[in-house]
Amino acid sequence: MAQAATNASSHAGAAAVPSEQYNYEIVKKFAIMALVWGVLGMGVGTYIASQLAFPFLNFDIPQITFGRFRPVHTTLVIFGFGGNALFATSYYVVQRTCQTRLYGDSLATFTFWGWNLSIALGVITYMMGYTQGREYAEFVWPIDILITVTWVAYFWVFLQTLLRRSQPHIYVANWFYMSFILATAILHIFNNLQVPVSLFSLESYSLFSGVQDAMTQWWYGHNAVGFFLTAAFLGMMYYFVPKQAGRPIYSYRLSIVHFWALVFLYMWVGAHHLHWTALPDWVSTLAAAFSILLLLPSWGGMINGIMTLSGAWDKLRTDPIMLFLITALSFYGMSTFEGPMMSLKSVNALSHYTDWTVGHVHSGALGWVAMITFGSLYHLIPRLWNARLYSIRLVYVHFFLATIGIVLYITAMWVAGIGQGLMLRAFDEYGNLAYTFIESVVFLHRPYVVRALGGGLFLVGILIMSYNIFMTITAARREAARVEAKIAAKMAGMSS
Amino acid sequence: MKHETIETNAGLLIILTLAVISIGGLVEIVPLFYISDTVEEVDGVRPYTPLEQRGRDIYIREGCYACHSQMIRPFRDEMLRYGHYSLAAESQYDHPFQWGSKRTGPDLARVGGKYSNEWQVQHLIDPQSVVPESIMPGYPWLAENDLRYSDIEARLRALRRVGVPYSLTDEEYEANVERFGEEVARWLDINRAEENLVAQAQSGNFDGDPSRITEMDALVAYLQVLGTMVDFTQYDEGYFVEFR
Repeated sequence: MAQAATNASSHAGAAAVPSEQYNYEIVKKFAIMALVWGVLGMGVGTYIASQLAFPFLNFDIPQITFGRFRPVHTTLVIFGFGGNALFATSYYVVQRTCQTRLYGDSLATFTFWGWNLSIALGVITYMMGYTQGREYAEFVWPIDILITVTWVAYFWVFLQTLLRRSQPHIYVANWFYMSFILATAILHIFNNLQVPVSLFSLESYSLFSGVQDAMTQWWYGHNAVGFFLTAAFLGMMYYFVPKQAGRPIYSYRLSIVHFWALVFLYMWVGAHHLHWTALPDWVSTLAAAFSILLLLPSWGGMINGIMTLSGAWDKLRTDPIMLFLITALSFYGMSTFEGPMMSLKSVNALSHYTDWTVGHVHSGALGWVAMITFGSLYHLIPRLWNARLYSIRLVYVHFFLATIGIVLYITAMWVAGIGQGLMLRAFDEYGNLAYTFIESVVFLHRPYVVRALGGGLFLVGILIMSYNIFMTITAARREAARVEAKIAAKMAGMSS
Repeated sequence: MKHETIETNAGLLIILTLAVISIGGLVEIVPLFYISDTVEEVDGVRPYTPLEQRGRDIYIREGCYACHSQMIRPFRDEMLRYGHYSLAAESQYDHPFQWGSKRTGPDLARVGGKYSNEWQVQHLIDPQSVVPESIMPGYPWLAENDLRYSDIEARLRALRRVGVPYSLTDEEYEANVERFGEEVARWLDINRAEENLVAQAQSGNFDGDPSRITEMDALVAYLQVLGTMVDFTQYDEGYFVEFR
């Protein structure tokens, strides 16, 4: 909060120089908010993970009971942390690669307030018990409208900046960001078709029901992963990996092929969340087939990112930011292999409804999304504030805490998911079910403790990062003030 | 066409991207509204009564779907544990669907009638008092909060607008009598919604406290109807397989 306040005051100072080449103020705001929501979201995540291990933590308080708190966690990390990181980096990348100032200062500022207000209102309403009951689309209808308006403004700012570019070519990172903006708009609108109970009620009923509603929701749900958490973060990758490595992208041709393949294929795969349900078989078979195909463009992106480092592998020994970026790509490769495997109907029969899915999501969300974001922010923030990172050592500490945290998290979830899946389908020698459901819950206790521990380590990591960034910005401010005072003194000396 | 043409033209990039990302959804979603086999023809499935619908609202409010699915898959272990696999027809009036994605607790698609009202109330207030190993949170406030039902008509009207056959006019009422029989048609009459809700709560006495209508009454009424509408003894197994 103190950061936000001082940030605003420096904004007033910067406004005195309207001819600045780039609009960095808006990037700064989004970058700070990414960290603020990130800390809160991962904090809530660790808390609800602990509730599953130690249910007394629900304390019979409605607002923090698992069912209401879980969407608070997912919204804060996906849309708060991830969303703000995407706004920050897309506004930065589009300016740098188009070599032009961001279009519409006030419209861009509007996207900042619109987006962050939506998130704040969202988590408050969930805790009060207002939700659409659709995973990752729990926002009630008035917030949906606010998000839609904000998103149109975002599209307009991004497009107008592209059109004002001083380069003939649109850089590949911007293709990914643009596809994410377009796809998210379509998904958000069609998955939130609702009829409100009344004009003054926050509650509403979905336009579709049953099987059609399920299909629409998971078409949305998986592409929240595909476009929000993948395509857009590939945009981030395509700028920050080459920048940090100081080398051009490995293959231009590969980036073209994997871009078009990725955006085409992702939209087909949502129904793999509905294998063996009342969804007609033809849809789920189609989704499984496209999920397997999706492995190719996913790995195309991973290879393009990792191979960008070829010839500069030594950076992994000397540059912790590079470690974040390359580890992110490795987790991306791993989870995009695991995903198609889990979308096979035979594997899905075991994995679905278990913690294996939760582990898979987190190897993508923590390993890929969060790690690429951390790396990008560590690259970005010193440049925005024209400063050096306060501590490189703390970046290493963060890296190892985060990596160990993820490994604990996903291995615990493999044990939990596969273990529970096997227990529930086991038969004894008489042909009866070998275990009751509650016996599988008892089995889950230990993996749940380990998972909470892993999440806790990851949380400590982002807290250390926030401290590091806070100290970096504070030092940068002090330095700027010192230089200003010096210049002022000189000017005073000259005039006298 | 060279890719350079696309890379140097923002409008073209946008149009092509929109075209490419639209195809998957169009092919997989749109036909579900037109292929009649998608939802089975089956007797017995009806919209929820006003009280059950309020219970469903509370189920969604508390985020029960985060840990409980309502979708039994056609596997031997699931059929033994939960009952007949779920039909698309059974959630045709569910706005939104609540199939779920994770079973931290057991599936609830056919929980109706498996436990007594008393068990459900006790379990919701303090789950560990009946299942010591349970990790489910308690929901004691459901028994304390009076059920808000002044807007029940508005709710049913909204559901009617999205296609649930609650009746507003005499014509619609007659159609419901034809389709569901007179007893059910009366429950689905929006003009009698409040009266119906109170009557069901009082005669059902779901929460064990006949003096008031609580959120617990509504939620238990909803849980008790889940999965009970279709009489599977009327059909032989081959019938449903045709629709899969």
